[in-house]
Amino acid sequence: MAEQTNTPANLKVTIDNITVEVAPGTTILQAARQIGGDVTPPAMCYYSKLEGSGGKCRTCLVEVAAGSAADPRPMPKLVASCRTPIAEGMIVKNITSDRVQEARAGVVEFLLVNHPLDCPVCDQAGECHLQDLGYEHGKEGTRYEFKRRTFEPEDIGPYIQLHMNRCILCYRCTYVADQLTDNRVHGVLDRGDHANISTHISKAIENNFCGNMIDVCPVGALTDKTFRFKNRVWFTKPVEAHRDCDQCCGKVTLWQRGEDVLRVTARKDEWGEVQSHEGKPGWICNTCRFEKKKASDWVIEGPTKINRHSVIAQGHYLGLKKPTETLPAVMDGRDPKLMMDIHSVSEVNRVDISELPGPATSENFKK
Amino acid sequence: MGRKLLLDKAHVENIRLYEVYRREGGYRSVEKALKSMSPDQVTDEVKKSGLRGRGGAGFPSGMKWSFLAKPEGVPRYLVVNADESEPGTFKDRYLMEFIPHLLIEGMITSSYALGSNNSYIYIRGEYAWIVDILQQAIAEARNNGWLGKNILGSGFDCDIHVQRGAGAYICGEETALLESLEGKRGNPRIKPPFPAVKGLWGCPTVVNNVETIAAVVPIINEGGEEYAKIGIGKSTGTKLISACGNINKPGVYEIDMTISVEEFIYSDEYCGGIPNGRKLKACIPGGSSVPILPANLLLKTAKGETRMMTYESLADGGFATGSMMGSGGFIVMDDRQCVVRHTYTLARFYRHESCGQCSPCREGTGWMEKILWNIETGKGKMSDIDLLWDIQRKIEGNTICPLGDAAAWPVAAAIRHFRDEFEWHVNNPEEAQKRNYGLAHYADPLVVTA
Repeated sequence: MAEQTNTPANLKVTIDNITVEVAPGTTILQAARQIGGDVTPPAMCYYSKLEGSGGKCRTCLVEVAAGSAADPRPMPKLVASCRTPIAEGMIVKNITSDRVQEARAGVVEFLLVNHPLDCPVCDQAGECHLQDLGYEHGKEGTRYEFKRRTFEPEDIGPYIQLHMNRCILCYRCTYVADQLTDNRVHGVLDRGDHANISTHISKAIENNFCGNMIDVCPVGALTDKTFRFKNRVWFTKPVEAHRDCDQCCGKVTLWQRGEDVLRVTARKDEWGEVQSHEGKPGWICNTCRFEKKKASDWVIEGPTKINRHSVIAQGHYLGLKKPTETLPAVMDGRDPKLMMDIHSVSEVNRVDISELPGPATSENFKK
Repeated sequence: MGRKLLLDKAHVENIRLYEVYRREGGYRSVEKALKSMSPDQVTDEVKKSGLRGRGGAGFPSGMKWSFLAKPEGVPRYLVVNADESEPGTFKDRYLMEFIPHLLIEGMITSSYALGSNNSYIYIRGEYAWIVDILQQAIAEARNNGWLGKNILGSGFDCDIHVQRGAGAYICGEETALLESLEGKRGNPRIKPPFPAVKGLWGCPTVVNNVETIAAVVPIINEGGEEYAKIGIGKSTGTKLISACGNINKPGVYEIDMTISVEEFIYSDEYCGGIPNGRKLKACIPGGSSVPILPANLLLKTAKGETRMMTYESLADGGFATGSMMGSGGFIVMDDRQCVVRHTYTLARFYRHESCGQCSPCREGTGWMEKILWNIETGKGKMSDIDLLWDIQRKIEGNTICPLGDAAAWPVAAAIRHFRDEFEWHVNNPEEAQKRNYGLAHYADPLVVTA
């Protein structure tokens, strides 16, 4: 320890045989996010914008094959990558380690043991991190043969719906309440497998920034009451918009169906976290989130880019690459006159499906 | 007759009172340390003694003390872990109940070595009457000038505070203990940082078991090298063992770590053998968390050597054929006991005591309990045993704190050594439902059967 007189500005770390240079103090997970792609461990509880989060869900466990260049011994246990800082010359194995893959499948199984799996009626379905995790790392079928644990429903106010049965106890919402609002009225009560998020004696959570709990919730435990059962997220179109707000940054994503604004959320980055604007996390206030549900309240900036692997991407066609016009190329640039213009013979196909605000219904074709 | 260093005066009448304790030579170590030694010298003596943490992990205490960060202008704390909640362990209770001044004396000396001006005893809530005993002892020590400002004119200030827990096993984990002591929910912290760097209220902290701190008194009185002469190898000094279960004389025994397990169970000086002429079936040598051992592996190691009551010998063979010294909760089971039933009871305990912070422990402990209940009540399937094995393997090592490991090890060891007993429950569901049957063929190697 004494010989650490000058720490190098950049530390080299190798994750799954990819070497990257990171600043001192970076965690393994952050370094993996710099590389991106499959190398990045999934994170259910860690949230880079919330101080102290992480370490709880154990999905981001990785194997450290060499602790550092100075001390190349492997770490005996798998470590939570979200809370383990990088050391110079560290070698980390994530997808290249069978041990990690097995432990992760175990964690997914544990997370789903008491999960109600009510995705068909859950508002989070389609943007649920637990769905993604189960799809990518889980095993098919369940070995759990017992009655699942349930909780009594609890009302926590006019805006937020708490569905405790779905909760995976990531503690993110308690960190939001601690770090964004001036008074936390909810927390984790009880312990063990009956630990639950609750307010003490059925209080309402009424803080102007409490809506951000919905954005940080990785599952459907905290959902927007004003959007409840209104629509499936993959039928709605995310649109970037802003307004002048004296309480928050005012930069949001509107989830529209036609002209109707069904839901307002903060803008999310590729890791499902709230985007930063000018170096600050773009948390939004309850007024923007719950009260401004008209398109005229907002200045629309344009459609949100959605990863094409997401189910939400199926509802709209932004960023879609049109195939190059092959026919003229094949025909040496001649206009394919022999081809039939189908619109001239079919009434039905007068409707351009890609211009519809939502999925095509029979109503669209009756015009 | 082994040497006794901690309990040698425990049976003096009224040793609980300051006058008696002082007359019997109490507080000599404080005098010696504060008047003639520097804090570093005290730490060096503890290092030389080879004292290992008595709470369960067996980490060398002197080394732990030397890891304590000492930044300028930041207070340091000594916290004594008296949250003794491990099923089968009750040695600290005995120590605090009968000779509370030994703990106070050890704490003053240790606080001097560590530079802690405010030291804490975090005691489990169920030990309510011991809180009164300790507080009386602290008041007596304060009235006689052993606590407070400028102790013995050395310029060292020290005070001791007692804090009761609220009934959570998890608060015996050192970082959960610190959270609880700070007034928060007792969730273990994610390490690093370790308490030696960032502990109580963000300050460097040493958390030690009651017995560890009490052992500092004889170490300072006799010198570390003298203390290290007791015992075998790296298991130096004396250890309190709380023996319970199917033995003739349950209770707390102080052993110097030179006796064999066989002697400990059968000698009249200690447990006095198995009652009613029954045979020894199995034993958990170090508190409920450590792996259970069948009689043949308990008395002899896999290599055929006699198993001794030392850290190394009990751990010989790893978890495949060995166990751990742990916290010294020695639970003996005779041939009537059912290992499945017993494992279920432990699984129920760990499910109830899991804090619920990290997912493998929160969900896995409940799952294991339910499967064990099914097997125990004759509703189990053969595949459940393999499932149980798989679940414990996925909990072990993947959790934030050692409670996950502690929940997994007993299940793993029970299946490893007593798989046929699980299979018997699956194959004989009606009998399993009717009676609590244990297999008798783990015969006591010492008793000649007719």
